[in-house]
Amino acid sequence: MLELIFGKLTLEALPHQWYTLAGTVSIVLGGIAVAIFLTRRNLWRWLWDEWLTSTDPKKIGIMYIIVAALMLFRGALDAGMILVQQAFFAVGNAGLSADHFQEIFTAHGTIMIFFVTMGFMFGLMNYIIPLQIGARDVAFPFLNTLSLWLYIAGVIFINLFFVIGGDFASTGWLAYPPLSELEFSPGVGVDYWIWSLQISGLGSLLGAINILVTILKLRAPGMTLMKMPMFAWTSLCSMVLIISAFPILTATLALLSLDRLLGMHFFTSDFGGNAMMYINLIWMWGHPEAYILILPSFGIFSEIVATFSYKRLFGYTSMVLATIAITMLSVLVWLHHFFTMGAGANVNAFFGIMTMIIAIPTGIKVFNWIFTMFRGRIKFTTPMYWFLGFIGTFTLGGMTGVLMAIPAADFQLHNSLFLVAHFHNTAIGGALFGIFAGFTYWFPKVMGFKLNERLGKYAFWCWIIGFFMTFVPLYILGFMGATRRLDHYDPATGWQGLFMISALGVGFISFGVAFQILQIIISIRQRKQNLDLSGDPWNGRTLEWTTSSPPPFYNFAITPKVSERDQFWTDKTSKHAPKPIYEDIVMPKNTAMGIYVSAFVFLIGFALVWHIIWLGIVGLIGAIACVIIRTNDPETEYVISAKEIERLEIRNNIR
Amino acid sequence: MNKHLEQPNDKIFFGFWVYLMTDLLMFAVLFATYAVLRNNTFGGISIQEIFDPPFVLVETLILLTSSFTCGLAILAVNRNNKNLVLTWFRVTFLLGVAFLTMELTEFSHLISEGSSFQASAFLSSFFTLVGTHGLHIAVGLLWIVTLLTKVWKRGLDSGTVRQLTLLSLFWHFLDLVWIFIFTIVYLIGGI
Repeated sequence: MLELIFGKLTLEALPHQWYTLAGTVSIVLGGIAVAIFLTRRNLWRWLWDEWLTSTDPKKIGIMYIIVAALMLFRGALDAGMILVQQAFFAVGNAGLSADHFQEIFTAHGTIMIFFVTMGFMFGLMNYIIPLQIGARDVAFPFLNTLSLWLYIAGVIFINLFFVIGGDFASTGWLAYPPLSELEFSPGVGVDYWIWSLQISGLGSLLGAINILVTILKLRAPGMTLMKMPMFAWTSLCSMVLIISAFPILTATLALLSLDRLLGMHFFTSDFGGNAMMYINLIWMWGHPEAYILILPSFGIFSEIVATFSYKRLFGYTSMVLATIAITMLSVLVWLHHFFTMGAGANVNAFFGIMTMIIAIPTGIKVFNWIFTMFRGRIKFTTPMYWFLGFIGTFTLGGMTGVLMAIPAADFQLHNSLFLVAHFHNTAIGGALFGIFAGFTYWFPKVMGFKLNERLGKYAFWCWIIGFFMTFVPLYILGFMGATRRLDHYDPATGWQGLFMISALGVGFISFGVAFQILQIIISIRQRKQNLDLSGDPWNGRTLEWTTSSPPPFYNFAITPKVSERDQFWTDKTSKHAPKPIYEDIVMPKNTAMGIYVSAFVFLIGFALVWHIIWLGIVGLIGAIACVIIRTNDPETEYVISAKEIERLEIRNNIR
Repeated sequence: MNKHLEQPNDKIFFGFWVYLMTDLLMFAVLFATYAVLRNNTFGGISIQEIFDPPFVLVETLILLTSSFTCGLAILAVNRNNKNLVLTWFRVTFLLGVAFLTMELTEFSHLISEGSSFQASAFLSSFFTLVGTHGLHIAVGLLWIVTLLTKVWKRGLDSGTVRQLTLLSLFWHFLDLVWIFIFTIVYLIGGI
C-alpha cells in the first residue's frame, strides 16, 4: 500500500549524511529567511505579479541570471571541495568518502554546464537580443516564461536530493553506461540527473526556437542579416546548434532512462546492448554544446572590443563567416572525445583533422579582435580587462585543444588532468569571462547605474591569477599521468605539491568572487555617483543603447529604422532627430501558466525518479490540461494606446 | 476580432517548422540506434520474424489515407466549409485510431510471445522507435479531439484555422516518419 503511494520513496531515503543535512538546513533556513522578508515587506503579490509571471524578456533575463549566479555559487563550492580533497586529504584516508567525492564532481560538471553557463547565456540573450535587433519582445512570450520555469524546475530537481534524500549520481557529468545502468547505479541518483537535464533541456530547446525565430523574424525594418550586431549573429548560430544538438540529448537520455525504468537494453552490458552507442550520441550533443556556450561569448567580446576601441569591428564579414564555419564544424568533431575507443586510424584521423580545422575560423576571430584594437583609442574599462584576459587565456586553451586533437597524443592525454585543464581553460577563459564581461558591460543598461570599476578590476586580477595558478599545475599533472576524478593517490607520485598550488589558485579565485559580490553591493550603495541618465554610458554603437536605462517595458516607443551596421553610432554623428509619432503597441499579458506547466512537468519527473505511478499520471494530465487551457485563451495580449506611450516617454525623458 | 490581437502567422508557422525539425532529429537518433542494434538479437527473434508484409502494408495504407483525408480537410478549410472540415478530420481521427490499434496489437502479440522490449537490444530499439511514432500519433489524436471541439464551438476563425494548419503539418510529418520506419525497419529488415 505504502509503495503504491510513495513508490520507492521511504523514510530511509531522507537525508542523513552530514553534507546532505547541511544542504537541507541551509536550503530550508534560506527559504524561511526569504519568506519572512517577503511577508514582512508585503512583497508576495509584487513578486508574483511583477516578476514570476512576467512575460517581459528583460525580467525573464534577470531571473535567469539570478538563478545562474546562485548555481555558480553552488558549483564553485563543489570545485573547492574537489581541490581541497585532492590537495590535503588525497594521501591517507581522511576527507571525503569516495562516493561523496564522485557525487561532488558529477554535480560540479552538470551544474556548471547546464545551470550556470546556459542560464547566464539565456539571461543575457533574453535581455539584450530584442533590444539589439529593435524588437519589443521575443517571438513567443509564453514559451519564454515556460522555458525559464522549466530551467528553474531543472535547478530545483538537481538540488532536490538535499531535501528529499536518496543519493546523487556518482557517474561523472555525462553518466557513461554501463556504470549509469541500474545494475551498477541502483540508487535514484542517476534518475535525478536524467530528469533534471530532461526538464531543463526541454526549456533550452524551446528557448532556442524562440530566440531563433525572434532573430530571424522580428528584426527592425532595414536590419538585414549582415547588419546585425555580432552578438545577435553568434547567438543565432548558438541557437541553431541548440536546435540541432539538444534533440539528440533528449533522445539519448530517454533511452538511458528506458533502460533504467523499463528494463530495456540499449546500453547495458548484456542482452546485446551497446554502451559505445551512448558515448557517440552523448558527444554528438556534447561537442556542439561546447560551442553553444562559447559562441555567445565571442559575440559579447566583439561588441565590447568595438565599443571600447571606438572603432567599427574589424572584418565583420569574416567574423560572420568564421562563426558559421565554427557552427558547422562543431557537429563534425564529436569523436575526438574518445579516440581511445578504437574506431581505427582512418576514423580517428578524420575527426582529428576536422578538430584542428576549427582552429582556423577561431584564429580569424582572434586576429579580427586584435585588429579592431589596432590604432583604436582603447579605454581600459573592466569589460575590456575581461576581454584582454580572454584573448590570452582562450588562445592558450585553444592551442592545448589542437594538441589533443592529434589522436596519437590523445592516447597519452585522454582522461588525464591535462584534458581537465584544457576544457576549463576554454570554459572559464572563454565562456565565463565572456559572461562576466557582458554582465559588466550591460549592467548599466539593466540597472540604470554602472558597476564600480576599481572593484571590478580587483576581481579580474584575482580571477586571472587564480585561474593560472589553478590550471597550469593541472596541465603539468596531466603530463605526469594524473587522471581526472582522483580522490586518492599514492604519495610516491609526488603530485601533492602541485595539487596544493592548484588549491591555492582556487583560493585566489574565491577572492575574485568575493570582490564581485562586494562590487555589486558597493555599486548599489553608490549608485547615485554612477547613474546612467543618457542610456548610453559607454558611447556604444548598437540599438540597445538608444533606449533609456533601464529600457521601458515596451523597449522602443517607435520601431527603429536601420540602414547601417552600427546604426546608433551613425545616428549620433548625424544628430538628426525627427519629431516622434507614436502608435498603439500590442504587448503580451503576464501569465502564470508557464509556472503551472513546469510544476506539473516537475511532478512527472519526480514520479519517474521514485516510481510513483499515480503522481506521474496527475502530472501528465495537469500539464496537458494547462497547455490546452492556454491555447484556448483568446486574450493573451493587450494594447497600450499611443497617448499612454507618449505620456510614458515624456516622463522617461524628464527623469 | 481586434486586428491587433491577431498573431502574425508567419513566425508561428516558422517556429513550428523548427520544432518539427527538432522532432525529426530525435527520430534520427532513434533510427541510428535501431540501425546499430538491429542485429543484436541476443538469440531472440529478429526483424524477419516480426515482419508480416500484409499487416504492415495495411497499417501503412491506413496512415497514408489518413494523411490524404487530412489534406482534404485543409482544402475544406480553404473553402471555409466548417462541416466538411469536421467530417474529414473525423475520418482522419478514426483512421489514426485504427492505425494505433493495429500497432498496439502487434506490440501485445510480441509481448505475449515472450519477445518483449526487455528480451534483447534489438527489441528495445524496435519497440522504442515504432512506439515513439505511435506516441506521436496518440498526441496527434488528442490534438484532433480538442481542436475539433473548438472548431465545432467557435467555427473557423483565424485562431482555429491557424491551429488546423499546424495540426495538418504535424500529421503529414508523422506520415513521413512512418514512411522511413516502413522502409528502414520493415522493408530492409524483411529482405
